[in-house]
Amino acid sequence: MSPQPQAAVGAPLSRVEGRLKVTGKAPYAAEHDIKGVVHAVIVDASIGRGRITSIDTDDALAQPGVLKVIHHGNAPKLPYKDNPASNNPPDGRRLRVFQDDKVLFHGQPVAVVVATTLEAAQHGASLVKVAYDAQKPSTDLAKAKADKPTKYARGDAAAALRSAPVRIDATYQVARNHHNAMEPHATIARWSGNKLTVWDKTQWVVGTQTELSTVFGVPADSVRVISPYVGGAFGSGLRCWPHTVVAALAARVTRRPVKLVLKRRQQYFNTGFRPSYEYRLKLGSNSQGRLTAMAHEMDAETSSYETFTESVLFPGQMLYSTPNVSQAYRTVPLDVNTPIYMRGPGFATASFVIESAMDELAAKLGIDPIELRLRNEPSEDESKNLPFSTRRLRECYTTGARAFGWDQRRAKPRSRREGDWLIGMGMAAGVYDTARMPAQARILLNADGTAVVDAAASDMGPGTYTSQTQVAADALGLTMRSVTFRLGDSLFPPTPPHGGSMTMASVGSAVLDGCNQVRRQAIKLAVEDRESPLYGVEAEDVVVRGGRLHTKNNPVRGETYKSLLSRNKRSHLEAKGSYAGPAAKERHSFYAYNATFAEVAVDATLGLVRVRRMLGVYDAGRIISPKLAESQAIGGITGGIGTALLEHTVTDHRDGRIVNANLADYLVPVNADVLDIQAIYLDGEDREADPLGVKGLGEVVHVGVAPAIANAVFNATGRRVRQLPITAEALL
Amino acid sequence: MYPFEYTRVSDTKDALTAGRRGGRYIAGGTTLVDLMRETVERPETVVDISGLPLDEVTATERGGLRIGALVTMSAAAAHPKVRTLFPVVSQSLELSASAQLRNMATIGGNIMQRTRCTYFRDVTAACNKREPGSGCAAREGYNRSHAILGTSDACVATHPSDVAVAFAALEAEVHVLGADGQRRIPFADFLLRPGSTPNREQALRKGELITAVEIPALPRPLASGYLKVRDRQSYEFALTSAAVALHIRGGVIREAKVAAGGVGTVPWKLPAVEQHLVGERPSASLWAAAAAKAADGARPLAHNRFKTDLLKRTVERKLRIVGGTK
Amino acid sequence: MSTEPEAPAPTPADGPSSGPTRRTFIATTSAVGGVVIAGGAIGGGFLASDEADAAPAAPASRVSLTVNGTRHTVTVDNRTSLLDLLREHLDLTGAKKGCDAGACGACTVLVDGHRQNACLTLAVRLEGAKVTTIEGLADGERLHPLQQAFIDEDAFQCGYCTPGQIVSGVGCIKEGHTHSPEEIREWMSGNICRCGCYVKIVRAVEQAAGRK
Repeated sequence: MSPQPQAAVGAPLSRVEGRLKVTGKAPYAAEHDIKGVVHAVIVDASIGRGRITSIDTDDALAQPGVLKVIHHGNAPKLPYKDNPASNNPPDGRRLRVFQDDKVLFHGQPVAVVVATTLEAAQHGASLVKVAYDAQKPSTDLAKAKADKPTKYARGDAAAALRSAPVRIDATYQVARNHHNAMEPHATIARWSGNKLTVWDKTQWVVGTQTELSTVFGVPADSVRVISPYVGGAFGSGLRCWPHTVVAALAARVTRRPVKLVLKRRQQYFNTGFRPSYEYRLKLGSNSQGRLTAMAHEMDAETSSYETFTESVLFPGQMLYSTPNVSQAYRTVPLDVNTPIYMRGPGFATASFVIESAMDELAAKLGIDPIELRLRNEPSEDESKNLPFSTRRLRECYTTGARAFGWDQRRAKPRSRREGDWLIGMGMAAGVYDTARMPAQARILLNADGTAVVDAAASDMGPGTYTSQTQVAADALGLTMRSVTFRLGDSLFPPTPPHGGSMTMASVGSAVLDGCNQVRRQAIKLAVEDRESPLYGVEAEDVVVRGGRLHTKNNPVRGETYKSLLSRNKRSHLEAKGSYAGPAAKERHSFYAYNATFAEVAVDATLGLVRVRRMLGVYDAGRIISPKLAESQAIGGITGGIGTALLEHTVTDHRDGRIVNANLADYLVPVNADVLDIQAIYLDGEDREADPLGVKGLGEVVHVGVAPAIANAVFNATGRRVRQLPITAEALL
Repeated sequence: MYPFEYTRVSDTKDALTAGRRGGRYIAGGTTLVDLMRETVERPETVVDISGLPLDEVTATERGGLRIGALVTMSAAAAHPKVRTLFPVVSQSLELSASAQLRNMATIGGNIMQRTRCTYFRDVTAACNKREPGSGCAAREGYNRSHAILGTSDACVATHPSDVAVAFAALEAEVHVLGADGQRRIPFADFLLRPGSTPNREQALRKGELITAVEIPALPRPLASGYLKVRDRQSYEFALTSAAVALHIRGGVIREAKVAAGGVGTVPWKLPAVEQHLVGERPSASLWAAAAAKAADGARPLAHNRFKTDLLKRTVERKLRIVGGTK
Repeated sequence: MSTEPEAPAPTPADGPSSGPTRRTFIATTSAVGGVVIAGGAIGGGFLASDEADAAPAAPASRVSLTVNGTRHTVTVDNRTSLLDLLREHLDLTGAKKGCDAGACGACTVLVDGHRQNACLTLAVRLEGAKVTTIEGLADGERLHPLQQAFIDEDAFQCGYCTPGQIVSGVGCIKEGHTHSPEEIREWMSGNICRCGCYVKIVRAVEQAAGRK
């Protein structure tokens, strides 16, 4: 624990970049003002699989303003070297834009039109005539052949199921979801000689940098990626996608800076998605509800050219005490683009299935769903035989039950009615692993008592700018106003991807380390400086507050950074902070948890579901920025309402076309869908997890939302819906 | 978007001249600009009629209402006469689109709206409405939002408007102006069922201009309302909807006006339901029996089978609410 | 290349300076009220003398409109939306492009006092119109009460939908659709927030409408 007073950390502060955002002055990827920029628009394949036989660009080139049409017939060959330091799936070969005539999925980029105006580029793109030799694509998860499974087993699940007095055997389906952040993916690319600068929408400037460097075969330090503001991403910005390469390629060919903004429609096949699953789960328990076996079999979408996998197996291994577990996870290669992580990746999908099945078991046994979970609460992580660092799921249940009024729930389904509406309550547990990775930060304390902290991190909305400033301010003993945290530039010290809820733990620990170093440098300078009032004081007895160093016991004895540095003729102090990541061999099992509660009203005759209230109670370790953490939770639940009731990317399997690739047909929650959402974070910290004691929260807040709603729908109607999203046709 | 010439007109004569030459009228533009951007619409000339004096709501002598073609959806919905005389019209408007779109879109444009069929909107897909003879990708494709009534082999697309359902129920007339002068088209004849020519959507002659929609006088008291059923609570097109207006006197239903939306290739008037109601006393069983006829003739597709049932329930619910029984 | 970053990330204290380089076109409009000279068709672009001159320019029209109190007379490609005019030519990137199809509300601006989707508004049609964008709401350094309420309530995360939400909220308050949270929710449903801040957006609108 830091010896420093914690004034900023834990305080409910407003966003430091708030003013820029509410005045419209925060620059997102496409909004950087780059002199001489021209516009690029991608032409999408209109077949689901096959070959391009010809491309006619005459009409497009005849349009005023059109500069160039680039496609596989005229594009330069690109090195596309391997890039292991990326979120590219290790198994497979990434899509190589304009390098051959193959079409691997509907919507694949087949050409790009560059023009002096956006209007000309858009029109030009619509005039490019592409002829194909089309084949029938395979896009249906239910019909395609799966890869060999990844397996996990402990005990003998099959035998235990056979002998279990109570069994559940059900198959669940989870629809494909798209992130649909409000900001479209966009890139501005500019070459100067062999040096490339891109302004990009990304959750990982370092990842985009390595990808562009390997694709174009230039040294990594010749590529600079800038991304100070990200208009939401939820996982879609974790990889550098082909369109970013297209923008850089177009800039190189035309020798001009190029801006490429994906159309909303193009988000659905140029960037990834949460894969659809078919997931069969068998539970066995004794008559008191103690689980004896779980058998998981799941099929998930991936592309034909890359094998995407995610952490869908962990919840089945560690959420409940179960002696016998078997799991088989099969990816199914389809003629689609490659999936990517989306909010609560893997865990959210598994939790829908496991938490629905637990609810089914509770109903079958006549046990309260919370009581059933308490009976199966493990004392250690049975998959690793390790103790949990912290696991306060019991407290989440009890706190949540009290706050939500769980005792008002009627055990018997379909027993509460208000007019046309059937009312029901449901709950679910949520879990997400506490990921941490190595990170660095640079801290500069200026002679005027202000500080600048730089890290290549991102802030797609959770509040990195604010929370890192809070950590730095306290560690340096400065006010928030005196600290500027900068991010989103690959020239800054490297950080891991801004995803998996690891930014606070990883970047925050590096910032803390660097700020501690700088503070200690200053203290050392003072206590060794005969002219300092602190001369001769033990370094450990000095704290810094409001930019002033003083002894712990006597605040009067001290001086400011400013006077210390100016007297010592130091223009600044600086340090590189670093965080090495978790130990190679961990001694604990690290997860964040929640209990999520839902109350729904279901129109008894029209089948419409309204989420009347929701509550999440979180065991997420220390909360650095409570006001922003609350927003994260409310947002995670709101997104979960979408997954539960609305979101479904629909493919026409005849030709692989996504038929609802727009925001009028791919439904996400609107304001009127969201009524009352509350979030409670349990007070505490996880001292084993990382120097800050945080466990991550951006992912876990989404996990458990969909099953809580599905379970509430069951309680309201007596109808068990095992397919997401839950729409009217399932409830009529 | 294809390039186009733009002209602005300030009187109807100029508008008609421009329209006769093939110019495409633009009012709110919320459909047209959207479809031009998708290259579904490729007008060579766009004629801006927003300056024409067609933006008033006026009471007709016999107690009906004439809503100018250029009255915005929000202005029409908020108009005191519309609100008091025909709540079904206000409600259908306010349950449409978003506040922003309603501030732009006009009554005339609203009934000219084109379908939301995903294959119609995607120029790389087969669509007889967009490209006659190319086929209908929706029939065997993804058709959850498509029509179960009034469909043909050539087309199964729904008409997306809400207020058009109210107009159909109320038996409004569309006033149009052409080279040969003014004429009135009964709403039932204005929007065309697809048949073998789904590209023909309205009974308008070349260059004709909608000037108003007139709702006829109906006996009072008249209770009316609109119910829209959709996945999302707001900002979505209807899965099913029902426009209902009932004149009940002496405990007996004397007049019934009912139409459904989200289910037909055009707003779907329900005469069988109306006939079942007239002369009867309101009751739960009456609503159910009448609504049971709402989906007569339905031909559901692979993904919209639920609409047959949902439609009946939607109509029943709204009859009950408007009819004032428990 | 310098090893020092060119300070790409605006500091919380002071915003990014709006670059003077956005589209040379901007140099031809005056920020002073009254008559202004337009610099040729935006459709032709500033590279019109270049490759593009072989083909006839796309149809364009001259239009005079007022944006945030500044009169602009511009020659626009007829196809240019108000949103693209603002973002690509007038250095006003506050109004956002989220869907370009009227399905998200991120582009919401006030046109003659009414909230509209700028993406579906052809710029050429705005002769004489008064447009207010997010950049025109604050009174100098003093934020509009709804802007302040968004900060106070933390009614945003990524910030991308925020300008549209705020302008829409200003319209909503002006229209008087703020009598209850339920009414606000319905009348603010034309603005999608994917981060999921609706609960707080409603609170912010309530606060600014004087209900709290």
